[in-house]
Amino acid sequence: MSIKGRFTRTSGLGLVLAAGLAMAAASPAEAKTFKWAFQGDPVSMDPYTINETLTLGFIGNIYESLIRRRKDLSIEPALAESWETVKPDVWRFHLRKNVKFHDGTPFTAKDVVFSWKRTLSQGSDVKTFVSGIKDIKVLDDHTIDIVTAGPRPIFTSEIPFWYIMSEDWAKKNKAVEVGKLTTEAENYANRHANGTGPFILKSREPGVKTVVVPNPNWWDKATHNITEGILTPIKSPATRVAALLSGELDMMYPAPTQDVNRIKGTKGLAMLEGPEARTIFLGFDLQRDELLYSNIKGKNPLKDVRVRKAMYQALDMNAIKKKVMRGNSWPAALLIAPQINGFKKELNTRFAYDPKASKKLLAAAGYPNGFEIVLDCPNDRYVNDEAICLAASAMLAKVGVKVKVNAQTKAKHFGKIKREDTSFYLLGWTPSTFDVHNVFYNNVKTRPAYLPKGVEPQPGQGQWNCGIYSNTEVDKLIELVANEIDPAKRQGMISKMMTIHKNEIGHIPLHQQPLSWAKKASIDLFQSPDNTFQLRWVTVK
Amino acid sequence: MSTLVRTRESLYRIIDSDIFYSFRSSPVTVGAAIVTLILVLGAIFAPLVTPHDPYDLEALNLMDAFNPPVWYEDGTWSFMLGTDDQGRGILSAIVYGMRLSLWVGLVAVLFSGVIGVALGLVAGYVGGNTDAVIMRVAEVQLTFPAILIALLIDGVLRGILPPFMIEELAIWVVIVSIGISGWPQYARTVRASTIVENNKEYVHAAVLTGIHPAMIMIRHVLPNVMGPVLVIATIQLAIAIINEATLSFLGVGIPVTEPSLGTLLRVGNNFLFSGEWWITVFPGVALALLVIAVNLVGDWMRDAFNPKLR
Amino acid sequence: MAAYIVRRILQAIVVMLTVALIAFSLFRFVGDPILALVGQDTTLEEQAELRKELGLTDPVVVQFARFVGNVARGELGISYGQRRPVIDMFKERLPATLELSLLSAVLAIGIGIPMGIYSGLHRDGWLSRVFQTVSLVGISLPPFLVGILLIYLFAVFIGVLPSQGRGDTVQLGWWSTGLLTWSGIKSLILPAITLGLFQMTLIMRLVRSEMLEVLRTDYIKFARARGLKNRVVNFGHALKNTLVPVITVTGLQVGSIVAFAVITETVFQWPGLGFLFLQSVQTVDIPVMAAYLVFVAAFFVIINLIVDLLYYVIDPRLRLDRTTSSDHGG
Repeated sequence: MSIKGRFTRTSGLGLVLAAGLAMAAASPAEAKTFKWAFQGDPVSMDPYTINETLTLGFIGNIYESLIRRRKDLSIEPALAESWETVKPDVWRFHLRKNVKFHDGTPFTAKDVVFSWKRTLSQGSDVKTFVSGIKDIKVLDDHTIDIVTAGPRPIFTSEIPFWYIMSEDWAKKNKAVEVGKLTTEAENYANRHANGTGPFILKSREPGVKTVVVPNPNWWDKATHNITEGILTPIKSPATRVAALLSGELDMMYPAPTQDVNRIKGTKGLAMLEGPEARTIFLGFDLQRDELLYSNIKGKNPLKDVRVRKAMYQALDMNAIKKKVMRGNSWPAALLIAPQINGFKKELNTRFAYDPKASKKLLAAAGYPNGFEIVLDCPNDRYVNDEAICLAASAMLAKVGVKVKVNAQTKAKHFGKIKREDTSFYLLGWTPSTFDVHNVFYNNVKTRPAYLPKGVEPQPGQGQWNCGIYSNTEVDKLIELVANEIDPAKRQGMISKMMTIHKNEIGHIPLHQQPLSWAKKASIDLFQSPDNTFQLRWVTVK
Repeated sequence: MSTLVRTRESLYRIIDSDIFYSFRSSPVTVGAAIVTLILVLGAIFAPLVTPHDPYDLEALNLMDAFNPPVWYEDGTWSFMLGTDDQGRGILSAIVYGMRLSLWVGLVAVLFSGVIGVALGLVAGYVGGNTDAVIMRVAEVQLTFPAILIALLIDGVLRGILPPFMIEELAIWVVIVSIGISGWPQYARTVRASTIVENNKEYVHAAVLTGIHPAMIMIRHVLPNVMGPVLVIATIQLAIAIINEATLSFLGVGIPVTEPSLGTLLRVGNNFLFSGEWWITVFPGVALALLVIAVNLVGDWMRDAFNPKLR
Repeated sequence: MAAYIVRRILQAIVVMLTVALIAFSLFRFVGDPILALVGQDTTLEEQAELRKELGLTDPVVVQFARFVGNVARGELGISYGQRRPVIDMFKERLPATLELSLLSAVLAIGIGIPMGIYSGLHRDGWLSRVFQTVSLVGISLPPFLVGILLIYLFAVFIGVLPSQGRGDTVQLGWWSTGLLTWSGIKSLILPAITLGLFQMTLIMRLVRSEMLEVLRTDYIKFARARGLKNRVVNFGHALKNTLVPVITVTGLQVGSIVAFAVITETVFQWPGLGFLFLQSVQTVDIPVMAAYLVFVAAFFVIINLIVDLLYYVIDPRLRLDRTTSSDHGG
């Protein structure tokens, strides 16, 4: 072996060292390489492949949308310089001039139309972003009219993750449609990218590393100072911490809650913490007449609101906050976080932790000795998800509800609960639109199969309503909220539907989990509450 | 001759033998045997020797979580080796975890031993195509490392069983996965000995007197191959314990609700850097101690039973 | 000889098909791949359509036949997770696994054999006892535990070696090597030790026991009686005779190094095939899992075949059966 030969003699070793020194000296003094790690890897570089925060967040460094979010998540112009509503259902967008894609082709109205059509192609997973668009009319190269299906107040909040691709580039590289899994050839856009954004994709090794470099011709003023960014996916939390502690990384997220203090106490390292816009909650089987996997036969105790309330009040969220989350969580009483549009502070008070009351409620409902139940739980999706389920099972055991935790990997967990093969499950949700409507539409609205005859379902409603919560009034309110333009009236409807859902204990909201990002103290960066990490806000000192 | 007499005779034979002498003369082996014995006894009488029942959810208190061992300022005698992230005492969890690891290991070894010995006897006695098929399968399986086979079988079983049974049967899934991966070792040894025994005159004589072949195998051949089988079994026990720990560490073994040593390590690994070192280190030491002790006993048995080395 | 080879190859094909069938049928049960493919807002109808398009609703036999046919044509399908041909991914990951495995094998053999010879010759020497103790610990610690220990010690506590990954690599054609950069070599050290330790102890123990056995044989005693020098007897006669079983088992151990790489690669986030495999199990990436199993099976069958043929060449007496030496495989 060559290594052996090289290391047997000191001169050989010296040579290697010299080469290393030479390499270090050769790199320019101002080179600022920024290395960071996340627990997963972007699925694809194609912006329409999957609707997932990590992937879309990363791609947002390369591609841009008509509208982007500021640091406070409010929206600001990006590829569109401005817009106005000509009619309630017609939005006129004035596109930014003199913007070029990374390959040098100019950005014009035809690229927006092309992107819309591509988003609707078969393999696309982001059709919901453009579900409000009925038509796009091109007035000139830099002006378009977007026609929505009826008045759509939430339209501008639906498109910040809808990135614009170049028509010429896609045509040239045969990537006019999103790649399908059935074709043998790889879609060009899967590992190549051509956006208008602040960074250019330099190389891509899926699952190993992805390298980006700054775009010198970006239309906006660069606020970062990095010359190269390298993303490495590291799945294991302990390995991520080890890599940061040993100085291999400049930044990594999420940092395990238990290691936050160690990182804070290490010289040269620092933490960025804040609440994520994601709410973690428990769901019930409210549909079956007999509870699955239980010793109770012929009945479903969960259909009794007293039982649900008993289970709610048996959970000591402060203990979970203190021990499981190490102080890094925000106990919640609503399915949405304070940052989400529609949040109502007055409603965000939990029913008190009170095991005695729980026992009384269970006895009153006819279950003085409790019952058995299985809690389905992911073990690699949310912060400390498995530990939360285990802690909850011990707390419920104290009031007599014997919970068995079935913790498994997210692919299996989501499959199981989506099949409605569950009686009790843990789930978390961040509305991609930052509006309450998205949460209720997906998690609370009745699934089409359970609607009364004659009620026409909307596509995809209630698809994560795995335990079939169903309330006709709430369903109606969800529909009204989607189209109401008057903000005060809209908030009234939102508060009403949230109150009904809360009092019926449709779900048990648990908490908002923390965003914990760990970094070297010499790095300045901004933590966005939607858990996307943007390189344009990074400075290396 | 009655079974009792025979048992007593073989007992005398063991005590008299060189094997027992070599055992007494090796202090390391005696030490290992004592450690093994203590661990096994501790595991058997777990409910009596541990201060807490780690499986009793009602007794768990989340506010007890992350207590340090007793010699720290915040430590308490109630949780001598500290507590884990759910408030479970580490000492109790280790004893119960060891009980589970040993149980899984022993049953898996028994499982593969029975299958392996039976197939080995059949292959050696019947010969021909039966022999060829069994030995080909054994050979192919031997080329695959046990851990990979266990991973695969684990995957198959988890897939086939309905989800609510997986939790209940998790231990059996692991036992079968590890058990199936170990049988070829026995089969090959037993087959070789069987062929040798088969050609001896007493077997021919027995066949001539009309005794059923199965009886011949069990009564005459089996006792002669028990020595090597025991040696293999001890070594396999150590491997089974390691494989169980590995599967559990990778998250496809014993679930967290009733943790084995491997599961404890998987959970504890998350707290390696956060200062709660006792959650990983004690189960890790316990696992190493157990496997080393079993291996030492196995080593000694191998040397003692191998007449060429005596 | 030719008939023997043909028979072995036929057997190998049967084995491959069986493995493919097992692998394939189990993947049907691992989980629903569709959910790994779509985001949170995709409708159930769209999911059903995709499931049909991927052929997941066809009868198992049809799916299997399609799978085998594709593999025979060299098409391993498109990864659900990365949306590109699995064969490209394998090409990308193979160098990492092979470099790691090769270095571990070199470590295991280069250190294991001399240690074994020494402790076989000096059965009661203090150094032999040290070796025995080391080998006992090596065989008793699960590889994942060794990996964690090494990371904690050398990456975090002392901070001299990287805890994960492959460092910088250099591209030589399609082969990416970590052996030509300083950070690549540093990254290789801990995983190679983790992976090699177990095999090293196995090889050492095997060589030792083979040496002990051979040294007791009559012809060695006779050689000594003839007044031959110790050196000649030990290395000329004894070592030579231990080689046959050692070569066999070592050959088979090289195979298990590739399999054990799954665990080591996972602990060190080493971007090789084993890590890819475990990732694909977690995301239910069926094409990758299926391809990996077929790949590993082919690898083992080939190694097995080579070892068999070597045996045939080295020692014709054993051509019918090679059971005698493998009890040590442990």
